[in-house]
Amino acid sequence: MPSPPAVQVTDVRKRFGDTDALAGVRLEVAEGEVVGLLGPNGAGKTTLVRVLATLLPPDGGTARIFGLDVARQAPEVRRTIGLTGQYAAVDELLTGRENLRMFGELFHLSGRQARRRADELLERFDLGHAADRAARTYSGGMRRRLDLASSLLVRPRLLFLDEPTTGLDPRSRNAIWDVTRELVAEGTTLLLTTQYLEEADQLADRIAVIDHGTIIAEGTGDDLKDRVGGQVVDIALAVAEDAITACELVAHAEPTDDPRRIRVPVDADDALGALSRVSGALSAAGIPVRDVGLRRPTLDEVFLELTGAAGGAGGAADIPPHDSDDGATVEVERPPHGTDEDHRRQEVA
Amino acid sequence: MSTLMTDPTAGDAAPAHTLAPPPPGGRLSTLYWGTRDTWTVTKRNLRHYVRQPRLLVFSTIQPVMFVVLFSFVFGGIAGDALPEGMTYIAFLLPGLFIHSAAFRSVQTAVGLAEDLERGVVDRFRSLPMSRSAVLAGRTLADLVRSLSVLLLMIVVGYAIGFRFTEGLLSALGAVAIVGLFGYLMSWLFTYLALLVPGAEAAQTAGFVLIFPLVFASSVFVPPETMPAWMAAFASASPLTHAADAARALSIGGEVAGPVLRTLAWSTGLLAVVIPLSVRRYRRIT
Ligand SMILES: Nc1ncnc2c1ncn2[C@@H]1O[C@H](COP(=O)(O)OP(=O)(O)OP(=O)(O)O)[C@@H](O)[C@H]1O
Ligand SMILES: [Mg+2]
Repeated sequence: MPSPPAVQVTDVRKRFGDTDALAGVRLEVAEGEVVGLLGPNGAGKTTLVRVLATLLPPDGGTARIFGLDVARQAPEVRRTIGLTGQYAAVDELLTGRENLRMFGELFHLSGRQARRRADELLERFDLGHAADRAARTYSGGMRRRLDLASSLLVRPRLLFLDEPTTGLDPRSRNAIWDVTRELVAEGTTLLLTTQYLEEADQLADRIAVIDHGTIIAEGTGDDLKDRVGGQVVDIALAVAEDAITACELVAHAEPTDDPRRIRVPVDADDALGALSRVSGALSAAGIPVRDVGLRRPTLDEVFLELTGAAGGAGGAADIPPHDSDDGATVEVERPPHGTDEDHRRQEVA
Repeated sequence: MSTLMTDPTAGDAAPAHTLAPPPPGGRLSTLYWGTRDTWTVTKRNLRHYVRQPRLLVFSTIQPVMFVVLFSFVFGGIAGDALPEGMTYIAFLLPGLFIHSAAFRSVQTAVGLAEDLERGVVDRFRSLPMSRSAVLAGRTLADLVRSLSVLLLMIVVGYAIGFRFTEGLLSALGAVAIVGLFGYLMSWLFTYLALLVPGAEAAQTAGFVLIFPLVFASSVFVPPETMPAWMAAFASASPLTHAADAARALSIGGEVAGPVLRTLAWSTGLLAVVIPLSVRRYRRIT
C-alpha cells in the first residue's frame, strides 16, 4: 500500500474577521520532498503552516499529515512534526540549555536523553558558548538557531520552517541552510515558507506560490520563469518623463523601480519579433532610447509578476499569452475573487 | 562530522525517522505523562519566579510589609473589637495568610496571560505534551510559591509576637487550609485569565474582584464590627470561612465548622473550575 503523502491539503479555508487568510488552498507534499511556500506579506503562509501544525483549526476543507487529520487527530499529528514558527518560540527567561531540556522532556524523552540531546544540539548549532545564558540575551540569529534546535529534539518526520532566514546575516542564513540540507538528506520532509524566491530555489525541490490565500503557481524556479513569459524586453529611456507615454504606447509595458527603465514581458518564442516591434513603436513615436535588450526575467520579477505586486497599474494581471508547448509544467491560476486593487486596499486597511 | 540527528531513543538499528514515543495507551499512561509534563512546566515556572526580581519582590516583600504594617498601624484600634486577651497580630496573621493567598492568585492570572501572549505557548501546543499541563504546572508552581511566602510570613509573625497555640498538627492544618484555598483561587484566576485577553486586563479584573472580597470578610476584623448588610455578606463569604478555619487552627476557636465549609467550598469549586479551565484552554489555543 502506498504511504499517504506527508502533506495533503484540500480546499482549506481560514477567515479572520473579513479577511480570507486561506481561500481554498490545495497542496500536496510527498514524503521526503522539500517544498518552498513562497508569497508576499499577508499571503497566508503563516496561517497555512499554523493550520498544518495543529495550532489553528481550519474553517473548511481538510488537511492531512501522513494521512492524519489535523483537526481530528491533532495529538497524533504532533508526534510526527516539528515547527519553527515565524517568531521564535523559546522561553526568554530560561537559558538555551534549559529550553532544550524542557522541550526534550515535553517530547517525552527521558531526563537523561533530554540532557544528552540538549548538549548535542547546542554543540551542533554553535550555541555552546551561550548555553547557560538566558535566551533573552541572545541575538536574533542565535534565537533562531535555538528555536530550530528546539524542533529537532526528536527528529521530526515533517518539519515546518516559517521564514527561517528572515532577518539573518549571510553566515547565519548559510548555517540554517546547511542544517536543513542535512535534515533533508536524512529523509525529513520539509515545508518552508519564504519571501525570497532565491531561497526557495536554493533549498526546495518544488515551489508553490501563494497569494490572497490560494496557491497560484507551482513548479521549479525554471518552470516559474518560463511560465511568466519567457523573456523580458528591457528598455532604458533617455528621459524619465517619457516612461508614462512609452508604457501607454507598448502593450504590456510596465514601469520599474528605476524611473528611466521600463520592461515588457514577452513570449519566449517570439522574443525577437517582440523586440523589433517594441523598438519600432518607440522610434516611430520619437521617444529617445539609451538601450534596449532582451533577457530572462529575474526570479524577483517572476515573484512580482505572479503575486501581482509589480509596480505598473494592472501590469501583473496582463501576463502575456503563453505557448503551452514549451515544456513548462506549471499551472498558473489567478485568484478567484478580488482584483489586485482590492487586495492592496485590504493590505492597507 | 557527526550527523545532525543521532537517534535519542533507539540503539543501533536506528529507524529512518525517530518519532516521539508511541501514543500512550490507557489511562495510567495518560496520567503518567500528564504528571510528568506538569512537573516540567512547574519547574519552568518556578525558574521564572526566581529570575524575575520584580515578581520576587512583589510576592515576598509585600506580604511581609503587610504583616508588619497592619499589625502596628491597626493594632491599637482593632484591639478593642477583639475578645479579651487576644492580640491583634494573633488575630491578624491567619487572616493575612488568606489575604496574601487571594492577592497572589492575581499573579497566576497575570503569569498565564503573559504566557498566552508569548511565543513559547505556540511551541507547547505543537508538542505531543499533555495540554492541561500548562495550566496544572502554573497553578502548582503558584502553590509552591504560596507556601514559601506563607513560611516567610510565619517567621516574620513570630518575630513580632505571633504564636501557634494549638500544637504542631493544627499549625500544619492551618498551612494546609491556606494552601488549598490559595490553590482554588489560582484556578479561579486561571479561568479568568482564559476569559479576558491580556495580562493587564487580567490584573485589573483580578484586583477589582479581590479587594471587596478580602475586605468584606473576617480577614482583618471580626464581621460583627461591620454594618449589618456587610456583616451578612462577610459571614457568608468563603474567605471568612477560610480565614476562620486558619485562625481556629492557629490560635484556637471553633475548628470543625469553618474547616468543613472551606473544604466543601474549595473541593466543590475546584471540581468545576478545573475542567472548565482545561476546556476553555483547549478551545482558545
Ligand atoms: N490572528 C489573526 N487575526 C486576524 N487576522 C489575521 C490573523 N492572522 C493572520 N491574519 C490575516 O490573514 C492574512 C494572512 O496572514 P499570514 O500571517 O498567514 O500571512 P503571511 O503570508 O505569513 O505573511 P508574512 O510574510 O507577513 O508573514 C493577513 O491578511 C493577516 O492580516
Ligand atoms: Mg508569516
